[in-house]
Amino acid sequence: MRQLLFLLPLSTFILLAAYFGLGLTKDPGLIPSALIGKPAPKFDLPSLMPGEKGINEHDFKGRVSIINVFASWCVPCLAEHPIWMQIHNNTSIPIYGIAWKDKRESTMRWLEKHGNPYVRIGYDPLNVFGIEWGVYGAPETYIVDKTGRIRFKHVGPIFPGLWQSQIFPLVEKIRAEK
Amino acid sequence: MTVELGHFTLILAFVFSITQAAFGFAGAAAQRVDWINAAKIAALVQFLFTTLAFAALTYAYVTSDFSVRNVFENSHTLKPLIYKISGVWGNHEGSMLLWVLVLALFGAAVASFGGKLPSTLRARVLGVQALIGIAFLAFILVTSNPFERIVPAPLDGQGLNPLLQDPGLALHPPILYVGYVGFSVAFSFAIAALIEGNIDTSWARWVRPWTLLAWSFLTGGIALGSWWAYYELGWGGWWYWDPVENASLMPWLVGTALLHSSIVVEKRNSLKSWTILLSILTFALSLIGTFLVRSGVLTSVHTFATDPDRGVFILGILCLAIGGGLTLYAWRAPHIKGGRLFQPISREGGVLLNNLLLTTAAATVFLGTIYPLVLEVFNGSKISVGPPYFNATFVPLMTPLIAALAVGPLLGWKRGDIAGALSRLKATAATAITVFIFVAWTAGQNSVWAAFGIFLGVWLAGGVITELAKKIGLGQRSPMESWRRLLKISRSSWGMSLAHFGLAVFIIGATGLSFWKEEKIVLMQPAETAEIGDYRVTFNGVRDQNGPNYIARQAVFTVEHEDKEKFNMTAEKRRYPVSQQETTEAGIKNGWLEDLYIVIGTNDKKNGQTVRIYLMPLVGWIWMGVLIMVFGGLFSLTDRRFRIGVPEREEIAGPAPAE
Repeated sequence: MRQLLFLLPLSTFILLAAYFGLGLTKDPGLIPSALIGKPAPKFDLPSLMPGEKGINEHDFKGRVSIINVFASWCVPCLAEHPIWMQIHNNTSIPIYGIAWKDKRESTMRWLEKHGNPYVRIGYDPLNVFGIEWGVYGAPETYIVDKTGRIRFKHVGPIFPGLWQSQIFPLVEKIRAEK
Repeated sequence: MTVELGHFTLILAFVFSITQAAFGFAGAAAQRVDWINAAKIAALVQFLFTTLAFAALTYAYVTSDFSVRNVFENSHTLKPLIYKISGVWGNHEGSMLLWVLVLALFGAAVASFGGKLPSTLRARVLGVQALIGIAFLAFILVTSNPFERIVPAPLDGQGLNPLLQDPGLALHPPILYVGYVGFSVAFSFAIAALIEGNIDTSWARWVRPWTLLAWSFLTGGIALGSWWAYYELGWGGWWYWDPVENASLMPWLVGTALLHSSIVVEKRNSLKSWTILLSILTFALSLIGTFLVRSGVLTSVHTFATDPDRGVFILGILCLAIGGGLTLYAWRAPHIKGGRLFQPISREGGVLLNNLLLTTAAATVFLGTIYPLVLEVFNGSKISVGPPYFNATFVPLMTPLIAALAVGPLLGWKRGDIAGALSRLKATAATAITVFIFVAWTAGQNSVWAAFGIFLGVWLAGGVITELAKKIGLGQRSPMESWRRLLKISRSSWGMSLAHFGLAVFIIGATGLSFWKEEKIVLMQPAETAEIGDYRVTFNGVRDQNGPNYIARQAVFTVEHEDKEKFNMTAEKRRYPVSQQETTEAGIKNGWLEDLYIVIGTNDKKNGQTVRIYLMPLVGWIWMGVLIMVFGGLFSLTDRRFRIGVPEREEIAGPAPAE
């Protein structure tokens, strides 16, 4: 019996190691979305900024746009934030933000501190957009083409490598389509 | 050339750590003095080569050699010299090299200063240290080579994350790493003791100074990080329960438990297998801290690397070190002879209570930190449990710990006199209750919890003073005799009193800030005034100012206090053109009782300047308290028995005089 007690720390550790091991084999970015290739689901959100125009799915028509779901409480969002600032500063691709499950004031303060890369931000404290679009968690990024179809979805933060090697080429390709 | 030399010396360090492990274990098993000495020399040579490798990388940074990928990605010619140097460890590869350097330093220290250790124990300790070194050197050489070149060499570098360009953060990693890695020595001692199958009071005497050193640095490192978050991040807080902060808090909590339980092993030859377990767990948590931050399992401002290959490698290291250590523990520890028995109410009992509360607290922090990760594995959702969870679990565990902390040192070993201890604390209790009533009365309706926090701080501080008074027989002996005894109190005993007193100061500071912080967000036009507390803050407008590698927008304020004269304060936003990032430089006026803290946000001509003004009561006490704790730890380390390794003389105070 006493021997078993001394095995307790080891067995706890083995359980934890299995969890972490499982976590590493899963790339959260690879969750397939049923929405790829389909028209963007309907939604209508008020703007985060009081007095400004809100967002709905018609706003994405006519230009290739990026839609980024973020929140001030979300640490990975902060990690990917510099890339949005760079895209905003160096390209003409419009980035729409969805302030997801967050307090208005917290989001505004966060943007004030870190910079605002978004052309417009929808305010979604109650996960209305999230349910329509099937948001797993923040951050999440979608690319919608000129005809308003979802062409790409990524769950989790976007880093410069991924942007350079996959997303930017894809945006260029979609842009060139008639 | 220097760079290739650095790479080469790192490979040599790897080779010598293999030599060190082989000679250490074989020498101890075969009891061969020449092999044991070879292990010692290998430890010194390994340290030399690791130092050379580190120096080579530092040289590449200082001379801005952008043909080295690591320098190109993390440095820039315009960066001030100090940040070129701190850039060496401001990235994944360099910080791992620093980790290994500190490890080699500790190995060399054990080899040099462990002369009085039993020679087989020392050889095995060096062997275990070398195994850790092999793992980490292989990790660097295979997955994270800092000496990689790029052809052709770029003209200039990409710069260092501006948030990291700060004197506090330049020093933070080296100090934190001395803490993390320092616990590797306790781990190696524990593994060596399990192999030898023998642990006794002299074992504890050897381990304690290393644990104390690691603990002091870890405490200082955490405080430095927290101080940095306070003045640099501009959110007006000092602790966020951020996973990276938790990663350093967990080894601190278990390490603090270890620090106390090893005293019981040394003085009473009890709690032995428990202390071994704590040694393993403390280092395990130090490794997990490294793992969480480096593997990309977490992503945060602090994270330098996101690369699954490295994650798998570190997971392998973790499994070998922790899994191996715990397997050895499960196998050998049941055979360690039980120690002497003690009553629940005794000094040992107090330490055990301290240990249970600290490890439970570490477990709750662990759960709160990894629960979101576990959930992610199951259904892919990313959630954050956040401060409410930690405040609800951590604080209730710490409260009885602090309450008991005032009593514990007053109890005798083996069997304590709780009634006697409590009767000594009468004056303390009276003072603490008076303070409680005063605070609850004057500070408004919702201040009961705040008053309770202050009460705990005063109670603990009073307990520390009572214990000192008891030790010198204050009021029971002649003043001359008490004075004589005061001078004879050992440094390790002073260290304990200082550390506990520092904790009391810290609690008062943390309570004050949590409950009485005031915050105001205002839009200001030049010449407008805002009021907070007893301060009137007038906005004088903004001006542009250029630094070496940034452009700053600086807002100037004139502040008037009710009874003091006027002073000026400035708050800045800095823009770093190279990396297109912005940082906030808060304007802070430090005071004994409160800080005034100003941060600026966006500015537009029409609406004016967004200004956030905070009044931060007692915030300085937080770091002052921690500083006292660190000083206590280091002062205790200078105790003569740690210096020359002689057994401690009998306790000066002796048994408590009859009541």
